[in-house]
Amino acid sequence: MLAFLIRRISQSAVVLLVMSLLVFVGVFYIGNPIDILIAPDATPAEYARAVHELGLDKPLWEQYTIFLKGALHGDFGNSFVYNEPALKVILDRLPATLELAFTAMFIAVIFGIPLGMVAGMKANNWIGRNIMRFSILGFSLPTFWVGLMLIIIFSVQLNWLPSGGRGETVMLLGIPVSFLTLSGLAHLILPATNLALFKTSLAIRLTRAGVQENMQMDYVKFARAKGLSETRVIGLHVMKNIMIPVITVLGMEFGSLIAFAVVTETIFAWPGMGKLVIDSIGVLDRPIIVAYLLITVTMFIIINLVVDILYSILDPRVRLGQER
Amino acid sequence: MSTPLLEISNLKTHFFTRAGVAKAVNGISLTINKGEVVGIVGESGSGKSVTGFSIMGLVDEPGRVVGGSIKFKGRELLTQSVEEWRNFRGNEVAMIFQDPMMTLNPVLRIDTQMIEAVRTHEKVSKAEARKRAVEALAMVGIPSPEERVKAYPHQFSGGMRQRVAIATGLLNRPDLIIADEPTTALDVTIQSQILSEMQTLCRKTGMSLMWVTHDLTVIAGLANRVAVMYAGKIIEEGAVEDVLDKPLHPYTEGLVGSVPSKNHRGEPLYQIPGMTPSLINLPEGCSFRMRCPKATEKCHCEPPVTETANGRRVCCFHPNL
Ligand SMILES: Nc1ncnc2c1ncn2[C@@H]1O[C@H](COP(=O)(O)OP(=O)(O)OP(=O)(O)O)[C@@H](O)[C@H]1O
Ligand SMILES: [Mg+2]
Repeated sequence: MLAFLIRRISQSAVVLLVMSLLVFVGVFYIGNPIDILIAPDATPAEYARAVHELGLDKPLWEQYTIFLKGALHGDFGNSFVYNEPALKVILDRLPATLELAFTAMFIAVIFGIPLGMVAGMKANNWIGRNIMRFSILGFSLPTFWVGLMLIIIFSVQLNWLPSGGRGETVMLLGIPVSFLTLSGLAHLILPATNLALFKTSLAIRLTRAGVQENMQMDYVKFARAKGLSETRVIGLHVMKNIMIPVITVLGMEFGSLIAFAVVTETIFAWPGMGKLVIDSIGVLDRPIIVAYLLITVTMFIIINLVVDILYSILDPRVRLGQER
Repeated sequence: MSTPLLEISNLKTHFFTRAGVAKAVNGISLTINKGEVVGIVGESGSGKSVTGFSIMGLVDEPGRVVGGSIKFKGRELLTQSVEEWRNFRGNEVAMIFQDPMMTLNPVLRIDTQMIEAVRTHEKVSKAEARKRAVEALAMVGIPSPEERVKAYPHQFSGGMRQRVAIATGLLNRPDLIIADEPTTALDVTIQSQILSEMQTLCRKTGMSLMWVTHDLTVIAGLANRVAVMYAGKIIEEGAVEDVLDKPLHPYTEGLVGSVPSKNHRGEPLYQIPGMTPSLINLPEGCSFRMRCPKATEKCHCEPPVTETANGRRVCCFHPNL
């Protein structure tokens, strides 16, 4: 277990290092942020001073070393736009994104798994077939289009729900959250549904495939032959087997929810990291971009680690550290 | 005579597949008395497992029992409600399957799987149910059962898993155990161990046993009576010694002849010519006639059942009488 953790962490460190270098170089070659940031009528002297203040007159390798030294102390440099530490700017927006992602995952699980079970057990009847049609739609419709449709229907036409922003927030354990206020909840529903659509479809398919595969197994027949009720056969025997792949895959997908949130946040003007990074790319705010990517990748790594540990707890046949 | 434990008459279980109706069990009659060990032999696909599943009410889609009757202690099973079936399974009749690797749920501990089997039929405490599970494991020869009961199935070998499955079947002291080729997947030494343990168990508890196999030698040492199945029918039935010594049906004769024996070492084994017919397009009349050396014009009609002395039955126009 310890060896497993150490190996994982050192692998992750290499990934982070390589990625920071790539992004750093990439953003450098895209363009000069000063051209965007500075007023068009600035004098050459003002221009030169701005370049110097941001440290952009130094050669690239020196800029990178400075960044790396800072990064080791948790300092990713100041945002060119906000003139505040990039990390702080991002972490301020993190709760909004996490709330959105968690809500979306919650929706995907509470709808996707039961629907998938029904679809698996009633594969040949109209309910099962309609559930599968829905999941195909959920997979194939582009997120941004669905988001726009949701706004047009529920905000513009029906005027039931607001189309953007986060609504009122309250502090929960020092973190601002929307879902505890009525206005916040109203603002949360549409973007969370939009983000959840793809994962709901995924949960439906995984669960359905699992149900169909497991119902054929001898252990189900043996459980029935013992005289167990159908509720127990499906609710415990089959469920416990299905939950292993479903939790593993959905867990892994949590990282991509945070990444996909970029699109949803932009459409619904949700004040999270995703919207921030899109805005920052527009003005080539390098410290924010680099810090955002590093944070996202770190989250991916942590999520995968947690999922692996969870998997080994759920499945008695797996022990961590052994190559499978 | 008192009512038999199990009385199957003219049972038909058909599978309604896309390719047509597969008559997996096509009118079989069989009686099992209390304490009796009955062997069911037949080639692969002759409907042995489907017979077992029909008794348990566990025939898979697209199969259905389409006719006949199954009486257990005089009570008709086929008209039972879902709840009555549930109370019956595992409690009055238990079934053990062919592949020990697949019968236990891989993600649940043995104790969970055994305790639930007890508690679904009897309102006893968990501790009491666990005690029974440990006793049952000890009975089938699992060493240090108190510890092993906490293990997961993958921590057992195939033979041990089959013992666990048998122990699970014994938990509610059923009157009949249907063992569907439970030793086929195991190696010979383990197989004979389990066989002799089952035999002792039956003698001790007065339990009846229906032992399904395609291995005649297993039946010879274990059963009192044997029923030979071919293409969904029982074509011959009788006391084991009689049937093995003097088979009446040409098919049984072929089966007995194809068992290797010490006396005929070096000689080529007898082979029954031809293949098992497709259950979807069974030939008219006797379904064995295409492969039968004795077949005549008559065999295009349904063969009669002939009863002979000491309860032997054979379903053939040309039995070796
Ligand atoms: N789920 C099913 N769907 C369709 N047909 C089936 C199904 N199960 C069984 N059958 C039909 O029933 C026939 C008999 O099957 P069964 O499992 O009883 O054979 P068996 O005598 O137990 O053979 P084996 O020795 O290989 O276990 C098969 O040949 C097949 O045609
Ligand atoms: Mg079988």
